[in-house]
Amino acid sequence: MALLDLDPQVVAKARELAAKAAEPVVALAKAHTTVSVERATLRLAGITGADTTHRAGDVPWVNRVVDTVREHCGLEHGVALPVFHALREHDLPTLTDLAEATAAGQVRYTLPTGRDRDRARKAATAAITRGLRTVDRNRAHRDKLVTKLGDPPRRPWLYLIVATGDIDEDVVQARNAARAGADVIAVIRSTGQSLLDYVPEGATHHGFAGTYATQENFRIMRAALDEVSKEVGRYIRLTNYASGLCMPEIAVLAGLQRLDMMLNDSMYGILFRDINPVRTFVDQRFSRQVHARAGIVINTGEDNYLTTADAVDAAHTVTVSQLLNAHFAHEAGLPDHLLGLGHAFEINPEIPESFRLELAHALLARELFPDAPLKWMPPTKHMTGDVFHGYLLDGFFTLAGLLTGQSILLVGMMTEAVVTPFLSDRDLALRNVRYVLNAAGGLREDFRPAPDGLIVRRAHQVLGEAVDLLGRIVDDGLLDAIADGTFGLMKRPATGGRGADGVIAKADDYLNPAADLLEAQP
Amino acid sequence: MKRHVRPYGDTTGDGMVQTSFTLPVPAGPKADGAALQLATKMGIDPAMVVHSRPIGDGFTFFVVYGSVRHIVDLDDVRVVERDYPLLPPAEVNTALRRLLRRKLVVVGACIGTDAHTVGIDAILNIKGFAGEKGLEYYRELKVVNLGAQVSVPELVRRARAEKADAVLVSQVVTQRDAHLLNTREMSAAFREAMGERRPLLIAGGPRFDPLMAADLGVDRVFGRSTTPGDVASYLVHAVRTRKENP
Repeated sequence: MALLDLDPQVVAKARELAAKAAEPVVALAKAHTTVSVERATLRLAGITGADTTHRAGDVPWVNRVVDTVREHCGLEHGVALPVFHALREHDLPTLTDLAEATAAGQVRYTLPTGRDRDRARKAATAAITRGLRTVDRNRAHRDKLVTKLGDPPRRPWLYLIVATGDIDEDVVQARNAARAGADVIAVIRSTGQSLLDYVPEGATHHGFAGTYATQENFRIMRAALDEVSKEVGRYIRLTNYASGLCMPEIAVLAGLQRLDMMLNDSMYGILFRDINPVRTFVDQRFSRQVHARAGIVINTGEDNYLTTADAVDAAHTVTVSQLLNAHFAHEAGLPDHLLGLGHAFEINPEIPESFRLELAHALLARELFPDAPLKWMPPTKHMTGDVFHGYLLDGFFTLAGLLTGQSILLVGMMTEAVVTPFLSDRDLALRNVRYVLNAAGGLREDFRPAPDGLIVRRAHQVLGEAVDLLGRIVDDGLLDAIADGTFGLMKRPATGGRGADGVIAKADDYLNPAADLLEAQP
Repeated sequence: MKRHVRPYGDTTGDGMVQTSFTLPVPAGPKADGAALQLATKMGIDPAMVVHSRPIGDGFTFFVVYGSVRHIVDLDDVRVVERDYPLLPPAEVNTALRRLLRRKLVVVGACIGTDAHTVGIDAILNIKGFAGEKGLEYYRELKVVNLGAQVSVPELVRRARAEKADAVLVSQVVTQRDAHLLNTREMSAAFREAMGERRPLLIAGGPRFDPLMAADLGVDRVFGRSTTPGDVASYLVHAVRTRKENP
């Protein structure tokens, strides 16, 4: 039920402006490819594994192949045709054999023409279709498991993070967390993975403040959660991160290993990792098309803005980003029920009425996106190491989430910003949440903010500021707005940032069967 | 202030503390006994296990209250006390202008694989931290924030190109002592590349011990709760010291 009495015309205007602001960026995304999009295509076509003999350490085969194709004939035509042409020309049984021959310097890539082109296109399409079928099968299998085991008994779903650096320890922690009540397990990635221009291989045991996202780690964790799902009688979802320089590839790996949610923000990489804006928008579009195919819920990263900018002054930038993220997601084929738009409880607790302001912001997001599984993020910026005060703050955070009907609740830790959570911290955090859910589970029913009260007025004000900002973004262009530091106070020019050399303008004869098949999906 | 002190619960000298921990022991009388033994060995005597609760099958969480035997001798406490005056931004600006007759250049970065810019941003971004504006706010400071995951050679190159007077590095991640290794690598690189003409080197992060400056090869280490004003005031102090003792 709508409590804020938002003006439908203002809401429509906000969505319209977001679409308009996104339009040139979508055109840009369609006109370019990236090394990571091409590598993701080859992963869908079936290349796995890495060159373990390379002097730089394990280099994934997809990197070896894409780099070599780029050297020989450029990437503006796409990697699929030269690769599948070479496969036939050299009469090699598999793409992995081709990759090995490539590493040995035995393959010369060329762009096929005429009948060769048709043959290569058909072979590429067949291989990629097989990859997409695996993604489809995983999606169907998830649906089956959810039907059999069931969803969590109530909203919000409880989302808990594990981050040990060692996938085997992560499994132990994740199992315990599920038994203790977590519905969604997120495996935080190793610090710095977002800036690797390749996806590491195999099971890993030495991450920094997190565990590397690899296909094998995905498989291990999903298998462990399937087991514990049976034990606890509900389907435990698995989350990882499709951000950084390898968004498209990690999205593919998530689809191939039946992950259920992925962090995927349209601007996070630009703002917080200084990744080139064009690279990010191209990668983001492809990765979201893959998520749409895989039925994966994306989690956007608006909470991050509030860790750098002030949560009251910059509240409207969160709304603007949600509107943009939602538009980019729709454009890439993601329906509302897969949009875990993010926001956070980050207002300085010293500010008078901070809790009511939080309610206003959270309710605004809820009413702007009634069908999206919103993700509600706990306080981090004002967690000081005073764990006792932090515990109370987390309680209020949960209460705000409950009162405003949030869908996915990232369980707050009292040791946030102090240490990686102890076993007992996680247990205390879940007790905190369970107490609030148990004590006030139905309070939303009685929650009716006064029509002209602070909460309603504040929500209207934030929406108004969001519409104003969107108007300016439409006038200046989204890329310029990002360059000017509109979001999270970060200034990121369109030509700067990491990974810019991995962006390639498509030629007229560019061909990527994966992109075509994803574009055509219902 | 007395020289010898004990923790204060509600009476002077009662030595009362509160602590909590988890033991890998199933809940039960044996677990409680184990907690009591640990507390006693920690110097809490008498100890009271006021709360114990199972976590899963094999663990128990405890809250313990009790009086510690230990006494702190304040004369033996060694800390880095601020050896310079804390100046408001206007005075920092005036002092720098008088000392340098140009802007002081500060280059900041998170080095190594550390992607957590929250610390460096809190000090540098105009937004600041704890109600204090960041160094970008100071008129007489030119701030170049290189952001996250800057390699040491890149930092040296940029510091040289910008003619940096001071280099600030922030390290949040401490797994396997990454913060210490990275900082030592950084200071060694600056010594090698620039010798005596190197900029002031300042390291900061929540898990740094300010006593470690010499060990890490830097001029100053800032720990938890450092504000931009602390850093700005230190810069004035350091520039003045360098000028007076070239």
